[in-house]
Amino acid sequence: MSKNTSKGFFESLADGPSTDEFIKGLWKDNPVFVQVLGMCPVLAVSNTAENALAMGLATTFVLLMSNILVSLLRNFIPKQVRIASYILIIATFVTITDYAIQAISVELHKSLGAFISLIVVNCLILSRAEAFASKNTIGKSILDALGMGIGFVFALFCLGAVREILGSGSLFNFALFPAGFQNWVVMILPAGGFFTLALWLLLFNVLKEKKAS
Amino acid sequence: MSTKQHTETVSSQKMLFSMAGIGTLCALFIVLTYEGTLPRIQYLRSEALKQSIFKVLPGISETKTFQLNEDQGFTLIDESDGQPTVFAGYDKEGNLIGIAIEAEGQGYADKIKILYGYDPINKTVIGFYVLETKETPGLGDKIEKDENFLQNFVELDVSLKADQSGLANAVVTVKSGEKENPWEVDGITGATISSRAIGEIINESASRWGPIIQQNLKTLKSNSKEVAYE
Repeated sequence: MSKNTSKGFFESLADGPSTDEFIKGLWKDNPVFVQVLGMCPVLAVSNTAENALAMGLATTFVLLMSNILVSLLRNFIPKQVRIASYILIIATFVTITDYAIQAISVELHKSLGAFISLIVVNCLILSRAEAFASKNTIGKSILDALGMGIGFVFALFCLGAVREILGSGSLFNFALFPAGFQNWVVMILPAGGFFTLALWLLLFNVLKEKKAS
Repeated sequence: MSTKQHTETVSSQKMLFSMAGIGTLCALFIVLTYEGTLPRIQYLRSEALKQSIFKVLPGISETKTFQLNEDQGFTLIDESDGQPTVFAGYDKEGNLIGIAIEAEGQGYADKIKILYGYDPINKTVIGFYVLETKETPGLGDKIEKDENFLQNFVELDVSLKADQSGLANAVVTVKSGEKENPWEVDGITGATISSRAIGEIINESASRWGPIIQQNLKTLKSNSKEVAYE
């Protein structure tokens, strides 16, 4: 790992091992299904596929930008004040995301509500800053952020799609079932978030065990 | 090893310097984004409000904003400066169709903010739209979507007492399917508290604004600036 630190941005992008930094977040170290990080937005904002995707993308953006800045400043930030600096950087990009979403759509901002500001305390972002970006080059940090971010979007979408299909009988607001379908209201309530997450975790663990044996 | 020792004995001056540096950089980012997105956000917000005014006052083609002044009269304004305002809607010929009024009150989860259309001639509520709500998705948020519930606000009676001091009949939310009088709101099963809250919000707001609007009907009907300033 350390031998890469002297290499430039594009060289590290083309590096063989670096693609692992990208792939690991998608499956092996998936932030939700394997690391079980950032559960608050996962449970709260996954009641529709659209909300889940928007929340996932907003988190990915913050993760990417904070990873870049933390990696850039990694030799400049003294160890004693690093956590405070990371929080400051993360909070800045969350605020920027908040304004950007308002500028894109009032409706979307309305439905994501308070959870945008809560990205600040999503432990996924702080953990990637502390465990990865503060020790690696910008190129690797970008790949790590993209991998973890896409893994997070994927996991949120898995939950959001199941909950919207069963709870509202639709996917991305397109009705899927004939008019007689009785919505499972519990699926869009918080309890449904726990049920769905538990089932996905079960599925992932079964797959992992099968692979191991 | 030597670099490690060096970082551990870093002076507080350096810590302060790096925190201040990062803080300044972050502040710069935030200010730039704020300045850059502000015009677009304000535009989207005013568009959203305008669209909802057109939703609660069917058949209008123009709106004007009136602000309540100290003598309980209305003044025509362009931009609200935080004082209570109402939005008058006119058809193509300039006839007053109704007044859109913002109101809010406590719901189940948080405050519910609504906009409703008031017809000052028939003294009825003719339209209803939820501006802001944090009610439970799937239950309380039916106040936005439930067709039967929205039908309540096509012609809801909010006529005034003979002395114009308040509503002749208080607007109340009744159990779903038990609406008998034109001033009752048919509630929603599964969203009892939220639908009751809407009844209360409209009752409170209509008792406050109804008399004021009736007294100032002449100002609101006149569709030109000169007369409005009289």
